[in-house]
Amino acid sequence: MTSGFWSMGGYARYVWPCFGFAGLVLGWNLWAARRLLMGARMRAARALAMAGDA
Amino acid sequence: MWTWFYKLASPPYVYGVAVALRPWLLGTAALAMVYGLIAGLAFAPPDYQQGDAFRMIYVHVPAAIMSLSVYMVMATASAVALIWRIKVGHAVAAASAPIGASFALLALVTGSLWGRPMWGTYWAWDPRLTSELILLFIYVGVMSLRSAFEDPARGDRAAALLAVVGVVNVPIVHFSVVWWNSLHQGATIVKLGAPSMPGSMLWPLLSMWLGFMLFYGAVLCTRVQAEVLNRERQAAWVREAIKS
Repeated sequence: MTSGFWSMGGYARYVWPCFGFAGLVLGWNLWAARRLLMGARMRAARALAMAGDA
Repeated sequence: MWTWFYKLASPPYVYGVAVALRPWLLGTAALAMVYGLIAGLAFAPPDYQQGDAFRMIYVHVPAAIMSLSVYMVMATASAVALIWRIKVGHAVAAASAPIGASFALLALVTGSLWGRPMWGTYWAWDPRLTSELILLFIYVGVMSLRSAFEDPARGDRAAALLAVVGVVNVPIVHFSVVWWNSLHQGATIVKLGAPSMPGSMLWPLLSMWLGFMLFYGAVLCTRVQAEVLNRERQAAWVREAIKS
């Protein structure tokens, strides 16, 4: 059963890259959004600190 | 009755909603996708014509539907921002563009991987494939236009205009398989009448679709938070918001 599952009826070289690429795209979305938010928080904190100094 | 609509124009309110919704959306998206993947890969029967190759439907179709749905969200938010001058509309549109573009790219790549064993080619200048590629180009155009201006407000307006005009491509993508001769098969679930799939194949697909929608919601929440912070970084409420 296990080898049949991984071979996907002979279509493994299409099916698994398809799911792998989907995982990559979803993972990138999470990572990039998180990174964007961290950057925005840092810039906002810096702007507030500068406004406080002025 | 319209109080909720007016509240959506308030950046601190939208920021708060995004913070509260994100973990719930991400958690339910994960549950829906895990069920969809297990049921679709391990328990759905092979297709009588395509065998196990049909299982690529579980990422290809949700990605393709979401590439169109996200575009509609982006265009609607852009129209709202242009008509009522609601800045949050621009933030939602800016947040949606990269997510929609990634779904369009995913639909194209997975479609290409599916096309090779079924049609004998990774790519054909077919109406569905070509219009989906144009959709990806429009997404990239909207993102590039937004960042091409020194004045962010002008960039927002120009990108919003392009997003609204680009809506014309959405029905072309959806109906391309009806209007022209196409290698691509017709609609499976987004159509009038019952879906042309048995339940054992359909439920995992619906679950993956739901998972992709919730995932979009979760990523949108994170990106909207960032966009609102970038636009409102001088505002007093931001001090409290970034502490949390």
